Amino acid sequence: MVSADSTMPVALSGNDEKAVWRLLANVADPEIPVLTVLDLGVVRAVVIDGGRVTVDVAPTYSGCPAMEMIEAGIATELNRNGYEDVRVHRVLSPPWTTDWISDAGRDKLKRYGIAPPAGAGRGGMKGNTRPLACPRCDSVDTERLSEFGSTACKAAYRCRACLEPFEYFKCI
Amino acid sequence: MAMTREQALLEYVLRLGDNALILGQRLTELIAHGPELEEELANANFALDYLGQARMYYAYAGQLEGAGRDEDAFAFLRSDHEYRNLLLVEQPNGHFGDVMMRQFLFENYYVLQLDALTRCDDEHLAAIAARALTEVRYHLRHVSQWIVRLGDGTEESHRRVAESLERLWRYTGEAFASDEVDDVVRDTLQGPDPEELLRTWRKNVKDVLQEATLTMPEDGWMAGGGRQGHHTEHFGYLLAEMQHLQRTHPGAEW
Repeated sequence: MVSADSTMPVALSGNDEKAVWRLLANVADPEIPVLTVLDLGVVRAVVIDGGRVTVDVAPTYSGCPAMEMIEAGIATELNRNGYEDVRVHRVLSPPWTTDWISDAGRDKLKRYGIAPPAGAGRGGMKGNTRPLACPRCDSVDTERLSEFGSTACKAAYRCRACLEPFEYFKCI
Repeated sequence: MAMTREQALLEYVLRLGDNALILGQRLTELIAHGPELEEELANANFALDYLGQARMYYAYAGQLEGAGRDEDAFAFLRSDHEYRNLLLVEQPNGHFGDVMMRQFLFENYYVLQLDALTRCDDEHLAAIAARALTEVRYHLRHVSQWIVRLGDGTEESHRRVAESLERLWRYTGEAFASDEVDDVVRDTLQGPDPEELLRTWRKNVKDVLQEATLTMPEDGWMAGGGRQGHHTEHFGYLLAEMQHLQRTHPGAEW
């Protein structure tokens, strides 16, 4: 698949597009490492043009410092697997919301101890008003400690049943 | 000569960027000074959102201008008269009530502006606005709760936040005083109509102030000039601190 002669551009094909999507499943979010960029739903498109691979990525939060690491992670993973000419392109539209997180991603979040976003994110960032289940013991006897958490995407909660604190992935 | 649509758009995007950067810088000054942990986290989150939004606006301004200026050039390598932010966002932090009131008055305007921009004819600006809007709505909800808690709190908290309101009110008019830039953006790009924003702003602000047992001040003399580069005396000190590293070590990168 990869030419040893790096001066010769390698023509890539539709099979490479599938291969790139498979490789993207290896790129983890640096702040929530159980989630891949595909679980998170930030990859909008993979475009193969001649020897170049362009990956379109949507930012989660405007100021999320993880975005640059995610973009670097994508480029590194593709480079490592023989794709030399890789561009990671930031796209703003359609904007990312928590609705883009996959079902698999939501399960992974819960197993990791982070309550997944409850409800639809469309229409703006809302506080959660419904009872939130503890990701450890599933009790809904929980309370919010802080609307803001350790990263832009999380809020802090506590479970009154098992007494464990936990984080909630805010719905935006 | 009349301003072109392109000139007006660039100017408009820079105003948005400067509001975000300067408020972000003011909030950054408070890092590690929060009155309690939740507010510390909230403040850091606000500041981060604003810095991120400023970067999006500046990157787009650089593209529109086409003169090779990047985000850092706009943020760190201009002098005070080149910044177009509202005087409101550059006002010093003061006490917690001042910080909350400044943000309450500004964000009530900014959410309306962003909401209108999501429907404007410039696709890229509409996309940035859609990204920023959800973040600022979340801030405003939190900040409004504080306005109510402080206004309808103890005698002292009421007195102090009422003073904040009185002191900052004169800086609110500038946001709605339309000039040629606003007119061109409104007429050629289906941008926000400042008069319409003001009507909704007054209603929204009044509702929360009422709940907070605070009285909406009478409109008197309103300060202006920030958007034309005439800033208050606090601004130079803010810039000196913010730009120190880039001015001392030009081109420095992490």
